[in-house]
Amino acid sequence: MTQVQSADDTPTQHANRYELNKNLAQMLKGGVIMDVTTPEQARIAEDAGACAVMALERIPADIRAAGGVSRMSDPKMIKGMQEAVSIPVMAKCRIGHFVEAQILQAIDIDFIDESEVLSPADDTYHIDKTRFDVPFVCGARNLGEALRRIQEGAAMIRTKGEPGTGDVVQAVTHMRAMQSEIRRVAGMAQDELYEAAKQLEVPYGLVKYVHDNGKLPVVNFAAGGVATPADAALMMQLGAEGVFVGSGIFKSGNPAKRAAAIVKAVTNYTDAKMLAELSEDLGEAMVGINAQEIELLMAERGV
Amino acid sequence: MRIAILALQGAFAEHEKTLSRLGVESFEIRQLRDLDRPLDGLIIPGGESTVQGKLMDDLGLTEPVRRLIESGLPVWGTCAGLLLLARRIANDVRTHLATMDVTAVRNAYGRQLGSFSTRGSFAGIPDVPMTFIRAPYIAQAGAGVRVLATADDRIVAAREANQLVTAFHPELGDDLTVHRYFLDMVCKQVAR
Repeated sequence: MTQVQSADDTPTQHANRYELNKNLAQMLKGGVIMDVTTPEQARIAEDAGACAVMALERIPADIRAAGGVSRMSDPKMIKGMQEAVSIPVMAKCRIGHFVEAQILQAIDIDFIDESEVLSPADDTYHIDKTRFDVPFVCGARNLGEALRRIQEGAAMIRTKGEPGTGDVVQAVTHMRAMQSEIRRVAGMAQDELYEAAKQLEVPYGLVKYVHDNGKLPVVNFAAGGVATPADAALMMQLGAEGVFVGSGIFKSGNPAKRAAAIVKAVTNYTDAKMLAELSEDLGEAMVGINAQEIELLMAERGV
Repeated sequence: MRIAILALQGAFAEHEKTLSRLGVESFEIRQLRDLDRPLDGLIIPGGESTVQGKLMDDLGLTEPVRRLIESGLPVWGTCAGLLLLARRIANDVRTHLATMDVTAVRNAYGRQLGSFSTRGSFAGIPDVPMTFIRAPYIAQAGAGVRVLATADDRIVAAREANQLVTAFHPELGDDLTVHRYFLDMVCKQVAR
């Protein structure tokens, strides 16, 4: 009953696997997913209340600083994280690098992030995620990108933001763009949906879903540049269903305290009084760089 | 009838939606003052038990909720909720509310590739859909615990007086069986 199904199994089993994968994303809602680079950091994240960790060799800020080609992490390192914590462990593969994804699936990863933070392996094609049994999360800047990734099999979407900057401006832009386009589609007349599908370059069925439900067919998190409890609460008030925090935690003065504060801010994101308390005395925030000061816009990778 | 749903993290919105389909009013518990509102039952949703447990502690909710359960409030824990209610967790030193006399096993089916769905009998009702997401099961149930469902000979739903637990997620599908069962528990308690 619990055996792993392969991509060759029947369409029914495959649809069922996709449902289970979307369901896992639903269980992560209202939570914070934290980038970690060592088992020790993973334990700090879990103790602080992370609902999952993203296992990385380097956090985005360091990837950005180091330059060069950035690839999937060492599977041995990822396995170390899997042993260190009981919460889901995610890992990143390069855009289009389906063999890195196969490797991550082979080590029983809980979620694959096909991520623009790493160097893209394919400048045209994303991974055909329908051929995998493990779930994928993908970044998106707008509704069209989100729905294209979902059509390719993504079980979860996150905003791209501009990772490794500590600057939330891009995540805000992307979340606002997505929500505003969702509202626009939701308000359309039935016969306008065909043209919307054409303009968004996505199948009609997905546009129809957004029209009927006023939301994406999968869970939608915020990511990229979240550095404070206020940033996290801002993204939640803008419609995110949870938050990824990358460099913001372990590039700050007191990671454990900041991580716990961000977790609480996501749960009580409308309570300004509590947010004020949570924002006190967190030590030094990640210094960050402004998104317009950087030369490499990772968000433009894979559209 | 008003059902409170613990809304610290996880799939609480799905429970709200299911209850509203049944015409039942619900509200969210996100912090201590939310417990001041009158409630007839409590649902602890799926999500990550470590996150929900920690937030309950940090927000001062653990003791008040435990007292409510001990005073007879009907409570239903799905998946992570089961772990929060379990008195013992076989593969974890952490326990949380620990009000129900069962020993649970965390991530008992492994990681996400071990997640599955099946159908089975729940409290004598046949063919109920059951979705398990990185789910626990109950390895051992105390004398006062009634087993309501098994899957592959493992206990996946049980009841001890006012406490109901399911290792699976009825809130993820369209089937209303388990929600109806819980509301019936609540109704009987209200009538008393």
